[in-house]
Amino acid sequence: MAHQSDLIEKDIEAYLLSQEHKSFLRFITCGSVDDGKSTLIGRLLYDSKLIYEDQLQTLENDSKKMGTQGDKMDLALLVDGLAAEREQGITIDVAYRYFSTDKRKFIVADTPGHEQYTRNMATAASTADLAIILIDARKGVLTQTRRHSYIASLLGVKHIVVAINKMDLVEYSQDIFQSIEQDYLTLAADLTFTDITCIPLSALNGENVTRAGEQMDWYKGSALLPFLEHVDVAKDHSQMPFRLPVQWVNRPNLNFRGFSGTTIGKNIHVGEEVIVIPSGKRSCVKSIVTHDGELQEAVADQAITLTLEDEVDISRGDVICAAESPAEQSNQFAAHIFWMAEDQLLPGRQYLLKTTNKLSPATVTELKYKLNINNFEHEPGKSLELNEVGYCNINLSQAIAFDSYKDNRRTGSFILIDRITNNTVGVGMLDFSLRRAKNVVWQDMAIDKSARAELKHQKPCVLWFTGLSGSGKSTIANLVDKKLMDLGRHTYVLDGDNIRHGINKDLGFTDVDRVENIRRVGETAKLMVDAGLIVIVSFISPFVSERRLARSLVEDNEFIEIFVNTPLEECERRDRKGLYKKARLGEIKNFTGIDSSYEEPENAEIEIKTLECSAEEATMEIVSYLEDKAFLEA
Amino acid sequence: MSELTHLERLEAESIFIMREVAAESDNPVMLYSVGKDSAVMLHLAMKAFYPSKPPFPLLHVDTTWKFHEMIEFRDNLAKELGLELLVHINEDGVKQGVGPFSHGSQVHTDIMKTQALKQALDKHQFTAAFGGARRDEEMSRAKERIFSFRSDQHRWDPKTQRPELWDIYNTRIHKGESVRVFPLSNWTELDIWQYIYKENIPIVPLYLAKERPVVERDGVLIKVDDERLPLEPGEEPMMKMVRFRTLGCYPLTGAVESSAATLPEIIQEMLLTTSSERQGRVIDHDAAASMEKKKQEGYF
Repeated sequence: MAHQSDLIEKDIEAYLLSQEHKSFLRFITCGSVDDGKSTLIGRLLYDSKLIYEDQLQTLENDSKKMGTQGDKMDLALLVDGLAAEREQGITIDVAYRYFSTDKRKFIVADTPGHEQYTRNMATAASTADLAIILIDARKGVLTQTRRHSYIASLLGVKHIVVAINKMDLVEYSQDIFQSIEQDYLTLAADLTFTDITCIPLSALNGENVTRAGEQMDWYKGSALLPFLEHVDVAKDHSQMPFRLPVQWVNRPNLNFRGFSGTTIGKNIHVGEEVIVIPSGKRSCVKSIVTHDGELQEAVADQAITLTLEDEVDISRGDVICAAESPAEQSNQFAAHIFWMAEDQLLPGRQYLLKTTNKLSPATVTELKYKLNINNFEHEPGKSLELNEVGYCNINLSQAIAFDSYKDNRRTGSFILIDRITNNTVGVGMLDFSLRRAKNVVWQDMAIDKSARAELKHQKPCVLWFTGLSGSGKSTIANLVDKKLMDLGRHTYVLDGDNIRHGINKDLGFTDVDRVENIRRVGETAKLMVDAGLIVIVSFISPFVSERRLARSLVEDNEFIEIFVNTPLEECERRDRKGLYKKARLGEIKNFTGIDSSYEEPENAEIEIKTLECSAEEATMEIVSYLEDKAFLEA
Repeated sequence: MSELTHLERLEAESIFIMREVAAESDNPVMLYSVGKDSAVMLHLAMKAFYPSKPPFPLLHVDTTWKFHEMIEFRDNLAKELGLELLVHINEDGVKQGVGPFSHGSQVHTDIMKTQALKQALDKHQFTAAFGGARRDEEMSRAKERIFSFRSDQHRWDPKTQRPELWDIYNTRIHKGESVRVFPLSNWTELDIWQYIYKENIPIVPLYLAKERPVVERDGVLIKVDDERLPLEPGEEPMMKMVRFRTLGCYPLTGAVESSAATLPEIIQEMLLTTSSERQGRVIDHDAAASMEKKKQEGYF
């Protein structure tokens, strides 16, 4: 603890006063074990004289026992924490370290480098203002460099330091440094950083870590620690419009009703007009209450309690906003989701979504594409696995206040919680509202679904036929349609082939297109159900998630899944359209059953085994089902 | 004022965490150990809910071997602040006469502290308990979440910790489970002292140097706090200018010789000193990973 030790010894009170205005920086380090990440942090702690003698003793003992530096002290051991990790010599979780200089207090999150620990890096990045990306000078920009940069960018880290380490092993070559610098700037061209600073260093020898290096005269920039002391992050926090997400309603007695929360963005003053989202109610700030007395003005990130001039109904989950630039509100969003659980994300399943101050049930209605975190490319996908990122549509049961994550991390972020295990399974960054008219309430129709259905003497529903090509779906669907018509019911058939000639003619057979195909059919069926019709859909619809998606669009009891179960060999034997033959010859790609899988329904309402009954018998079974469940009133 | 200082930022973060628990937990409690970290935590709770009182009681697990001054300080402070204070003693342990001298520090700590804490949490069915632990104290704490989940057996599993991003905390638990919440996770020892100084927070006078009767045991200075301390034949307590860097059971807490009798002097001494805080604690002297083991068993 050597900094300012003279002042500490001679005038401790003056020293304490000088420390009061120290600022604060949270940063992360990304890189793999081999890049010397833990050594770098160990070096920062060691050179800042922040290691006590007894810790140093432990370090010396540990270095002998399990160090990797021979007789030298292994500074990485200062940082690696949990017992299992120490034995394996790798960092698994996120470890937080604290150190300070005379100018700043630092919190550094050390995160693992391997791909399977990507979620840990995302965790650390979520609260960091700056990321140090380590590159081994011998190896240059690697896949993991791209991955770490992309995650930092996705999580909204604005400032990047590229620490080009192990310069001692490349003879402190300026050419190598410049070439890596150039490669990195090319890589980061599409990412959303506000600044990128490259520093050549040797963590092992302490070159350009806390002090300028002696070996690299050609480098004119500042060493790492001085740079971290001076980088300006305050304006990242204070330039956004004012928000107060209400965390807790403060009611000590009947005469006081305050709204407690932590401020975001620009200063707020007594007398200023505010608007509450989502209710849209307006009022003015009456007082800013703290334990230390009332304030005239509050700054960003301050924990305060506001009272308002008018009696406005506000509860936890609401966001008090600057009147001239309120947060948006919506119940449908496009968002990036980062999946953090072993069990995959299932579109259509209900999760709990928690924002900074509100919990609500939510469904991922559609996975538009997956993002390859190693090369930033979009890829089709039907679900997300651990450590995967996807761009999704999300549906909430109620409208919430939000901002786009790129504008505001605190009001643009959320976590997804599994309803059964209570685990945090995913995290997300809101992009924009899917409702075009943001402040328009859903149009209430004078005549509703039940009125239309009553007129037709039926309960509207979707009969969703799924099965392999050639299984007999369309044959049975047409017979059902005819039978219902005979019974005087109002129906309509949406057939896969016919739809693909019209509304979906722009779609192919990739996974992404299949999802969109089903979404459009599902939405169309939903409109028809709303009009009071019994809608007969005949689609291969091979994936569980797609069928779940279609099911989620209508009400619980309105979706009847009919699995037309015909073995593949039988379908191929029938081959009425000659498609299987072409698929076998490789003339048709992505053909279900041949080179694309069919996921059998597990909980279909009706299963028809076509080898065991005729199409007419199947039809009777389906119509009886409708009668039994009172879809067809007398 | 344009930008918050580092202490103001730490304060705001802790207050946010406390409000979140108050808003989402059915039955929270604050574990109050009477030490300096607890003093800061309690002070922050008074701030977080002002003008309301903190909407939870304080719980002190009393091993019956705490310094007398701690108990006096505790009772006075709770009365002054008008807060509900629950004190729990493991009566089974008392009946069996468990103590550090008769049973050794490990058994004593397990029965009178770890087991007693579990008893108290079970008895009151608390769903969330605030603790004053900091990540800088010790290596395994550096990786613990702010919201740390415990099974219905109070066990901590470092492998199944929930991801914790931004300021969004998942507080959901199943019946019987509970969560330990550490609002001071990101504070360091220096932050704590600077904050106590800046905010003028009352602390137990044992932290300040004074002439006290002590005996030396295995190189550690132990205060003679009451007549239960067995003296060796011919042993006489010596009066020494000492203070304590951490507070716990008096037979297990070593004093340091010091002349630091004011807060600035303590901070000065701390900044110029060369050994870390937990060194004075007898229970931490085992292997480096010992705390991790204790925590898996339910130690706070």
